[in-house]
Amino acid sequence: MFKRKDLLGLKDLTAAEIELLLDTAVPMKEIITRPIKKVPTLRGRTVVNLFYENSTRTRGSFELAAKYLSADSINISSSSSSVAKGESLYDTARTLQALRADVIILRHPMAGAPHLLAGAVPAAVINAGDGAHEHPSQALLDLFTVREHRGEISGLRVVIVGDILHSRVARSDIWGFTKLGAEVRVCGPPTLIPPGLEQAGIKVFHRMEEALVDADVIIMLRIQKERQQQGLFPSLREYARMYGLNRERLALARKDVLVMHPGPMNRGVEITADIAGGPRAVIEEQVTNGVAVRMALLYLLAGGGAGHENDH
Amino acid sequence: METLKEKARILDSDGIRRALTRIAHEIIERNKGTDNLVLIGIRRRGVPLARRLAEKIKEIEGSLVPVGVLDITLYRDDLSTLAHQPVVRQTEVNFPVKGKKVVLVDDVLYTGRTIRAALDAIMDLGRPYNIQLAALIDRGHRELPIRADYVGKNVPTSRRELVEVRLEETDGKDEVVIQEKT
Repeated sequence: MFKRKDLLGLKDLTAAEIELLLDTAVPMKEIITRPIKKVPTLRGRTVVNLFYENSTRTRGSFELAAKYLSADSINISSSSSSVAKGESLYDTARTLQALRADVIILRHPMAGAPHLLAGAVPAAVINAGDGAHEHPSQALLDLFTVREHRGEISGLRVVIVGDILHSRVARSDIWGFTKLGAEVRVCGPPTLIPPGLEQAGIKVFHRMEEALVDADVIIMLRIQKERQQQGLFPSLREYARMYGLNRERLALARKDVLVMHPGPMNRGVEITADIAGGPRAVIEEQVTNGVAVRMALLYLLAGGGAGHENDH
Repeated sequence: METLKEKARILDSDGIRRALTRIAHEIIERNKGTDNLVLIGIRRRGVPLARRLAEKIKEIEGSLVPVGVLDITLYRDDLSTLAHQPVVRQTEVNFPVKGKKVVLVDDVLYTGRTIRAALDAIMDLGRPYNIQLAALIDRGHRELPIRADYVGKNVPTSRRELVEVRLEETDGKDEVVIQEKT
């Protein structure tokens, strides 16, 4: 039984709750393989996508997930709404509540924004990425994709490569994979690794050649070009040479390794084009699974009493 | 807290076996064989019942009838009234239902709401030639205009009673009992 009002991060969830979310995504995936991708489950429910940052995959898949479950969904992005006129997050949220939203999906550049929102409205709030904090639905789809291929997460070696410091995907993945019993390694330049990870049982590497040995899963993170101006790495070319995934490095991992990327990719920087399109990559599957996982989230959070204070 | 008292055993394992054998014969007779016939069991106990019917049909006619598994959770009409969402399990209908004679199988037919949900769920998978309904127990108290084509046993009950079908595959033994809320 999933008894939470909101999904703000994987840090708060128990392994059993994560497993329930993943188990629920399995039947949801069957629905999206049908010729008629529609079930009546969330008829009459309203889902709002509130995005203060750009997004293709996350927003698109939350919107499809809502539609496949027959909820009504609207998209509000900061550039085209009253947010551009200076409306605060709190007031925007109250407005959405007055429109009787049952679920609000929030992406925001500030860490903690979904927590603020969750406390302000009775609607279920789903964090679709807050600053450098968490991106739980991405981690859930990563877990789902790995579980689909390998059956179990426990005991796998998962390597996350890139800008760990600024990555909300990395944070949520670390929580998710460790809670389900995987060994998590991170790899990147020392300037892009947050301190204190070793104390949490994460193995930190600065050389790809060491990190990738016997890896079951490699998660490549997008390197943001603006980090170069901040002096965190010297040049994209050097970053690619040190931390790009290429054929030679891939060969160090297990033969059945899964290569993942949350997108959007910088082909030729963190990952070469032949690997991104090669047989070990499951990057497009991740996108499909993202819809299934988000359907599971909407089902578990939008059902029952969500958004209705008077329900028992 | 409500407790349940076992009131009567209405079928034992031989009773269940004989009822299923008769239903298997009736299905074959009504459909003039097994051409285009498929069985779809409703989770949870409709599934082993559908498999047993398929087994019996194979013994009688020598032909294999495909068996599918239907989870109707996403089609329930009471989702918005429940405090927490019920667990969804997978629908496994690995054959097209278009143009097929579909026999839905469930353990107990009661209000008819489960069957209403199952009809919608099947329609979403395709357009069958027809849909028939087999239930091991029909206990009455319908709330929708639905009836079964094949019934193992009609059991008049009161609404205070519960009919529990126990099967080897799910419960370790075959029997049907009536329980009463005390």
